[in-house]
Amino acid sequence: MIQSSLFAYIGLSAVLFAIGFIGVLIRRNAIVIFMSLELMLIASTLALVAFSKYNQTMDGNVFVFFILTVAAAEVAVGLAIVVALFRQKQTIQVSELDSLKH
Amino acid sequence: MVNLMFIIFAGVTVLGALGAILNRNTVNAAMSLLVCLAGVAGLFIQLDAFLLAFLLILVYAGAVVALFLFIIMLLDVKGSLGGLNRSMGTVATLVAVALMIAGVAAFLRHANLPSVETPMSVGVGSSLKAYAELLFTTYLLPVEVVGFLLLSAMLGVIALSRKLS
Repeated sequence: MIQSSLFAYIGLSAVLFAIGFIGVLIRRNAIVIFMSLELMLIASTLALVAFSKYNQTMDGNVFVFFILTVAAAEVAVGLAIVVALFRQKQTIQVSELDSLKH
Repeated sequence: MVNLMFIIFAGVTVLGALGAILNRNTVNAAMSLLVCLAGVAGLFIQLDAFLLAFLLILVYAGAVVALFLFIIMLLDVKGSLGGLNRSMGTVATLVAVALMIAGVAAFLRHANLPSVETPMSVGVGSSLKAYAELLFTTYLLPVEVVGFLLLSAMLGVIALSRKLS
């Protein structure tokens, strides 16, 4: 019988989200920043499934369904942008992509 | 006995996530993300969301991480771990993460969450029928919207990947 509390799942979800957040802030490679964004999406997914389980409803699980779909679409578009960017600038380091800054 | 499986899967998840953001080699980072996803799928199974665990492996590990690896190998770029040398960036990162952790901690302390989980009624989280019933009644409009989103994402990717004249 599972004895871990909702507390543990929400805490783990927050830790995962924080790790993804740090990844977005400290990395300079656009692809790794994308991976960190996915990590944050997965963290919110975990919280939704945990709440869904403890409230004995299906709504959280169905929302996770939608999040998976949107994440797949987002990755496809994002990686297409990265490829288009690389074609133009020959780099995907975000520190060198500052045409809009000046 | 504390739930041993939760500890194992949580450890795998956190270690995979740390590997994904701290690895200098981008291919290794994608592989660490895969490990992290496997851990999350294990946690989903613990939460009786068998279909979602299966979909997570299928969609994320099968499609998303494969796409990441494909792009990484196509572009052949070096991952660099910069940013922490600038003091303002470091301070901003630390403050933001501390604020977020403090917010979640305050929520967990005051929210009066149930300490021991109630057993799930049979078939609520695991049956495909429950998903289908909600998807085709309450959430019918979001399903249509998500379908349209997928179509527009597909068209967007086609438009983006054309050769720029």
